[in-house]
Amino acid sequence: MGQLKLDRADPNFRKQLANQPGGEKISACFMCRTCTASCPITAVNDKFNPLRIIRMALFGLKAEVLSGDFIWLCSSCYACQERCPQGVSITEFMTVLKNLAVKEGNIPTGIRAQRDIIKGEGRIYPLDDFDNKKRVKTGLPPIPTSCSAVKKLFPDE
Amino acid sequence: MKYAFFLGCTIPARSRNYELSARKVAERVGIELVDADEFMCCGFPMKASDYKAAEVMGAYNLALAQEKKLNLCVLCSSCASQLTEVAHHLSHDGPERAQVNGELSRAGLKYDGGVQVIHFARVLLEAVGIETIREQFVRDLNDLKIAVHYGCHYLKPSEIYHGFDAVEDPKSIETLVALTGAKVIDYTGKKMCCGGPVLPVDENVALLVAKEKLEAVSDSGADAMCLVCPFCAVMYDGNQKSIESEFGVTYDLPVLYLTQVLGLAMGFDRKELGLNLNVVKTKKLGF
Repeated sequence: MGQLKLDRADPNFRKQLANQPGGEKISACFMCRTCTASCPITAVNDKFNPLRIIRMALFGLKAEVLSGDFIWLCSSCYACQERCPQGVSITEFMTVLKNLAVKEGNIPTGIRAQRDIIKGEGRIYPLDDFDNKKRVKTGLPPIPTSCSAVKKLFPDE
Repeated sequence: MKYAFFLGCTIPARSRNYELSARKVAERVGIELVDADEFMCCGFPMKASDYKAAEVMGAYNLALAQEKKLNLCVLCSSCASQLTEVAHHLSHDGPERAQVNGELSRAGLKYDGGVQVIHFARVLLEAVGIETIREQFVRDLNDLKIAVHYGCHYLKPSEIYHGFDAVEDPKSIETLVALTGAKVIDYTGKKMCCGGPVLPVDENVALLVAKEKLEAVSDSGADAMCLVCPFCAVMYDGNQKSIESEFGVTYDLPVLYLTQVLGLAMGFDRKELGLNLNVVKTKKLGF
């Protein structure tokens, strides 16, 4: 990424984040790197680094954070959040960033597919009659193959 | 001990071995599980893209349990975490609950708080109790060396679980496994994530995370891995062959659900526990 281009930074980004559930305490970060040291994703791919993302957000680098693919690598394992000595809800904060990124049009294909199938079918793996045959054969009760309630809850999807 | 049984999406479609073995164990120790056709996805996979919709889905399921006047017993750790979190958020009568109830009214439901969400393993430990479980055992598993994988959402975030087990030094599942006589094996990185939630984003990263643990468990000399979440099983059992071919390694490590381990000690046979449905062959374990 090189030098920080702070003239393109958005000073309101920090405030915007502080108003979201999970973003309230990020300013308390004192850069100890416990989050990064605990992260199972950073351990295999340093493209994802929770401390770096928190610092970028605090610097107001809104566009870089919300358009990047790296935020999507968070596995929501809570290892960082459980260990943060400053009580920053880091995992919830990553969820806030992902939600904001979606509003900016940044959503990985796989996550979009999951969202669309759940809002459409009520389940991530909809079952058909064939699945139910297999279930009944192994002694399990059949499961409904459609979900009408999800269409009532999300009528615009 | 009567609970509404929340299966979620992955278990009825892809982890029938977990469901079969859990139903068998539940029946044996006296847990009554009430099935409900109306349940939908817990909302967990929606959280990253639409936090509010995920909360509405979670609340919908809680409201259904409330109608039945039952607490929820959950097999999947991600469902447990999501539903517990929503129950935690909506435990107080405030603007958040009012807003969610506004959405739920379209489906003719309202959530008033108070439904408890409890993972099956926790029901075994806290409601059934160690003595009752031990009384059902007819087979000693002392020839088996088992490495336990806790996964993340079974225990975390700890603030919503009221410290039911220690996040940094968990014991609950190992306690249950040790009851069977099996030797519990410790290994490096026991608390590490399976990588599952990253699978729809970057398959290579997800498989690399899972590989770390498969390697550590293999090196520990364990005969099998034991877990309590179908997402973790997708990574370690379902994707073990992909990991082996992608990275040129061999593990051939059976991955059992806790309910399969307990079911074996209770004397159930392979088919009753769905061991024939595990992806990595389990026959070498001698059952």
